[in-house]
Amino acid sequence: MPEVIEVHPITRLEGHGKIEIILNDAGDVDRAYLSVPELRGFEIFAKGRPAEIMPQLTARICGVCPTAHHTAAAKALDDLYGVTPPPAARKIRELLYNMFMFEDHLLHIYILGGPDFIVGPDAPKALRNVVGVIQKVGIEIGTRLIAMRRQVRELMTLLAGKVIHPVLNLPGGVARGIHEEEREQFVTVAQQAVDFARFTLDTFRTVVLKNSEYLELILSDIYRHDTYYVGLVDDQNKVNFYDGRIRVVNPEGREFLKFPVQEYQDHLAEHVEPWTYVKFLFLKQVGWKGFADGMDSGIYAVAPVARLNVADSMATPEAQAAYEEYVNTLGGKPVHLTLAMHWARVVEVIQAAEAFLQLAQDEEICSDRLRTPIGEPRGVGIGVVEAPRGTLIHHYETDEKGLITRANLLVATQNNAARIAMSVDKAARMLVHNGKIGEDLLNKVEMAFRAYDPCFACATHALPGSVPLEAVVRNAAGEVVERVRNFE
Amino acid sequence: MKKKVAFYWCASCGGCEEAVVDLAEFLLDALEQIEIVFWPVAMDFKIEDVEQLTDGEIFASFINGAVLLSDQEEVVRLLRRKSQVVVAFGSCSHQGGVPGLINTHDRQDVFDYYYHNGPTVQRNGNEMPTPTGAKAFHVALPEYYGKARPLNQVIEVDYYIPGCAPPPNVVKDALLQLLSDSPPPRGTVLAGAHSLCSECPLNETKPPEGFKIKQFVRPSQVTHIDPDTCLLMQGLPCLGPVTRSGCNALCIKGHMPCTGCFGPLDGVRDFGAAALSFLASLIDSNDEAEIQRIIDEGLPDPLGTFYMYSFPGSLLNEVLQKGRQKARAWREREETVEAQTTENQ
Ligand code: SF4
Ligand code: SF4
Repeated sequence: MPEVIEVHPITRLEGHGKIEIILNDAGDVDRAYLSVPELRGFEIFAKGRPAEIMPQLTARICGVCPTAHHTAAAKALDDLYGVTPPPAARKIRELLYNMFMFEDHLLHIYILGGPDFIVGPDAPKALRNVVGVIQKVGIEIGTRLIAMRRQVRELMTLLAGKVIHPVLNLPGGVARGIHEEEREQFVTVAQQAVDFARFTLDTFRTVVLKNSEYLELILSDIYRHDTYYVGLVDDQNKVNFYDGRIRVVNPEGREFLKFPVQEYQDHLAEHVEPWTYVKFLFLKQVGWKGFADGMDSGIYAVAPVARLNVADSMATPEAQAAYEEYVNTLGGKPVHLTLAMHWARVVEVIQAAEAFLQLAQDEEICSDRLRTPIGEPRGVGIGVVEAPRGTLIHHYETDEKGLITRANLLVATQNNAARIAMSVDKAARMLVHNGKIGEDLLNKVEMAFRAYDPCFACATHALPGSVPLEAVVRNAAGEVVERVRNFE
Repeated sequence: MKKKVAFYWCASCGGCEEAVVDLAEFLLDALEQIEIVFWPVAMDFKIEDVEQLTDGEIFASFINGAVLLSDQEEVVRLLRRKSQVVVAFGSCSHQGGVPGLINTHDRQDVFDYYYHNGPTVQRNGNEMPTPTGAKAFHVALPEYYGKARPLNQVIEVDYYIPGCAPPPNVVKDALLQLLSDSPPPRGTVLAGAHSLCSECPLNETKPPEGFKIKQFVRPSQVTHIDPDTCLLMQGLPCLGPVTRSGCNALCIKGHMPCTGCFGPLDGVRDFGAAALSFLASLIDSNDEAEIQRIIDEGLPDPLGTFYMYSFPGSLLNEVLQKGRQKARAWREREETVEAQTTENQ
């Protein structure tokens, strides 16, 4: 019986994610697992439901990113009925979507992942949380952050009925438009959002980039995997959160595939392991070769770093400038560094804020042409968006009445699941030796998966930046020989 | 002295946690009056810290999500013991919620589809995740039961905060009421007392003598929803008349019909049954067959439409689960008989 180190996210008692580190006789790491004890069966109970309720029903998969599911579902319905929303409706959907990307990314930057950097990986644990962040950036900034998110989310409520589980999108368009007076409010808040995004980049520059220790950590081999990358790009290969074609680049950064989401089954498949409820997505053409990186393994990554790797450029000017700085500092593309995710997220916040402002300034969003009439369902509908945590695909099949007969949902974190598993394994292998858990092991291992902002570990949506973890080392007799906690 | 408060999540989407975070500045102010002693999503206090409190030391525990796993059950029992007041927070805790629709299916359906038959699954032999299978890798995986229960089927509940998710104004009011010197009587659902129509801006467009409808329409089929006329009069299946008020008609203001997330009015046990019979009573016909046709055409999914948030707490769920138990008992009896017959041969 080998020794097992269990790392529980203690705060999430039954846990959405749990790390188990298996030691060999020499006390080195044999293998580390991140398992996900969660399963809710949305595809199963979607059956028999009318297709048009899917944007509302699937929003309940995640209360943190309901807008992503809501929008992917609506796009699958457009495809199901073969309709294109009128220009104003498309812009309204994109407006909501960019506002959502903005506020959701802010949550991660300041409250969840950011503390590792803004406060610092070596800061006392008690400070590695939102309180520490506020201390570091100042109370006015903290209040400004809270107010900023509230204002954006209030406007999202105005537009989408509810911000937690929106009711805006329907096949062929949106239920509600925007009045001219309302549009002015959107413009005002969008201007503040652009300012706040600029400020966020400045903060990242002064606090993280000017600190050579942090930079070293970002560049360290512990957090590097040379994998494929997947994300949406527009016609000009620019980053697009709402629409486009799925582009895949290989570990050398060259285009490997580019396809419309309707062909996803030709290119993506799911691998099953007996020790976790999550399924691992991989590239079909390359194949599942176990948890390995490199050209011959079909494992790929999604989310901010991946989106920036698959695209040739950003879609808005200030984001483009930030993107160039990011690529140049990190030594060119593709960026294989997991911890660069935080920086890439900042670049995306700028694009989201700029797009929010552009769309709010566009008078067309006040048009009342909001819906394209639908006809009979065509049997199958597939839609895709870039959720904050990566590519999200909804696939529905219906009968002639438009009632769901089969559904398949590939959620963002599933795309990343294999790479996250490898990141945890690698960090553990490089940090644990001779059965000794380095003092900083827990936070360092945590950082390996928190960078992804994985949604299955809703524990990482915790307000303190650190997921409280406890590692238990047991000897062969099952007795606890050591306990290490990252909290008091 | 500050009042001690706990927050806990069972099987939920995280939306109810965001609902608390959405209190924004109000939450910061409330911290003058309350002290949070347990909030897994947000703070480092552990279950041991709760165990160390004396019984009743927590003033109020707010619990969201449906109960799906045995360890969730243990925690909510503990919180019950330590708390003067337990509040079921949000639709899942209140009525079972959207994930509660899984109760209409067998657990095995979920596993077969997820790990063997789904369109993108690359089958790994007969492999599927199980607690026993995981053990071979030294990984402890909890058992998945696949049956969701609202909180009051597990412990005694004193108050309910409805909504999927509860909007900030409702959460704020509920907190203020609970903290006041004269809290409402136990059992109260902390939202409006009337139907949603009472606070809907479109209510006044309804004729005082009432109205009848010729057909129901699906929101996807009408290209224009008139935002200035009662949605139900337009044939959209708005559940406002049978749903508790409190949200200020959020969905209606988004030009979409109410799907009933605030649940039934006082005294109604089965929301779905009440909703169905109310809508049926609006149909302008006395002919059974015609009524049936109108329902089939405009409301093709009565279960999903009327029980979107409330299936696990419904009478229908009881009937279904009892039926399943009977079927299981029958099957087992038959198997025993069969085994005996083979033995005898
Ligand atoms: S039925 Fe719906 S739209 Fe009509 S008044 Fe009631 S809540 Fe408002
Ligand atoms: S309108 Fe109905 S479904 Fe919408 S938030 Fe209010 S109670 Fe819930």
